[in-house]
Amino acid sequence: MLNQKEILSTLQMIDQQHLDIRTITMGISLFSCAEVDPAKACRKIYDKICRYAQNLVQVGEDIESEFGIPIVNKRISVTPMALVAAASNTENYVPFAKAMDEAAKTCGVNFIGGYSALVQKGMTRADELLIRSLPEALASTERVCGSVNVGSTKAGINMDAVKLLGHTVKDLAARTAESGGAGCSKLVIFCNAVEDNPFMAGAFHGAGEAEKVINVGVSGPGVVHSAIKQVKGQPFDVLAETIKRTAFRVTRMGQLVAQEAASRLDTPFGIVDLSLAPTPAVGDSVARILEEMGLETCGTHGTTAALALLNDAVKKGGVMASSSVGGLSGAFIPVSEDEGMIAAAESGVLTLDKLEAMTCVCSVGLDMIAVPGDTPASTISAIIADEAAIGMINSKTTAVRLIPAPGKGVGDAVEFGGLFGSAPIMPVHPESSEEFIARGGRIPAPIQSLKN
Amino acid sequence: MKAIVSVLGKDRVGITAAVCTKLAENNINILDISQTIMDGNFSMVMIVDMDKASVSIKEMSGVLEDLGKEIGQTIRIQREDIFDAMHRI
Repeated sequence: MLNQKEILSTLQMIDQQHLDIRTITMGISLFSCAEVDPAKACRKIYDKICRYAQNLVQVGEDIESEFGIPIVNKRISVTPMALVAAASNTENYVPFAKAMDEAAKTCGVNFIGGYSALVQKGMTRADELLIRSLPEALASTERVCGSVNVGSTKAGINMDAVKLLGHTVKDLAARTAESGGAGCSKLVIFCNAVEDNPFMAGAFHGAGEAEKVINVGVSGPGVVHSAIKQVKGQPFDVLAETIKRTAFRVTRMGQLVAQEAASRLDTPFGIVDLSLAPTPAVGDSVARILEEMGLETCGTHGTTAALALLNDAVKKGGVMASSSVGGLSGAFIPVSEDEGMIAAAESGVLTLDKLEAMTCVCSVGLDMIAVPGDTPASTISAIIADEAAIGMINSKTTAVRLIPAPGKGVGDAVEFGGLFGSAPIMPVHPESSEEFIARGGRIPAPIQSLKN
Repeated sequence: MKAIVSVLGKDRVGITAAVCTKLAENNINILDISQTIMDGNFSMVMIVDMDKASVSIKEMSGVLEDLGKEIGQTIRIQREDIFDAMHRI
């Protein structure tokens, strides 16, 4: 039988260490909604999402109260919209985003992901129309998130898309200037995007996925932080073992909630994504975990090694605890959403270059980073290219979510509020990448793509 | 179904009595109790049987939360599964 110590330790994780289920995300296939008439397609999209996800929020709230574990977000991901909209006889894709937005509002979810295109090897007409519509679509909707996959280890990097997206990011920032360019927080540019990621803004329901699926994202930087405080000064193998054990416990809880949600929603269970996803709340920071390992400030020498250990130990602990671990599983390092990262960036210790190095070993990439509003589109494209190259060569997912905050420069900060937090503007190199980006074409797939 | 009732707060007279009374009123059977006082802080954990309960766990959660406010404690009822998942393989 359970003893008091075990029960109290779980309660402490929930009460003081911010342990929560970060998201229950329902993936819905929209292939059946493709129609020549775009208005008809939008109607079908709205109806199908609402039909499948009508009970999602209620079920999430029921589980939350019965198990006594906070479920912070209930969300929806759909088939990359460019694949669905391709069938429609229209050049204006914004109504598809609006249909998604309306469905999200009806279902009561705070975000819906999948206004996306997968263009790692080339762009179809629909892909290009979708990418060109991103600024208007994301600026004129409230809950829609978009993503574009521009590269993969198998296909290389589509530099035409990278070039285009530099302008897309700038345009989106300009259209949402009054909120500091917050529209850019809803757009993720991937290399090696995963098809079952439950976390926003990069979630979409991949083409190889089932009709509908429940994916669950668990988080718990505070729990890991508190666990490693107990092993201060001990060798790295002890540290890694402690993180693994903690990740195992947290993932077990995620697996239980995922199965319960899947069965109540009569939807197959997909994956548990064990990601240390920080929030701006004190005690919920990934940077502070790295500092607890013995670094004075996150971003100093040793940070990449610390993050590598953390990311790997989290995966190892999680993989045994769930029947199916997937998504991004690891440690996220978004700057604006992490109290410790914000402090490190403000102090000047954590720089964009160091963050890029950290993305070689974290679970995703350059995330929620504010840069000066006058950063040229070609520089943004070049940052995307660098990040995609890291992902392509290392066979890992990388991503870029940059916010060129209009009218702001180094020394300023932007406030996004809520889970998005606030971001100090970080300097970028002023030297031009213009000619490099102007080349266009494709960076060929690396030699490690030839595995067959 | 088994559930865990946890009561945390400052020690005072009558906490256990008040909680047990509420559980009895709703036909919830107590299987195990452990209770300690540390530095004047009261902490009690009960394993209870909800099979014959006259209310759902969700309703009981509201009842206990209200009682907690009345007697200055944080009282929760949660399904046992969550603790099992984290502490038992």
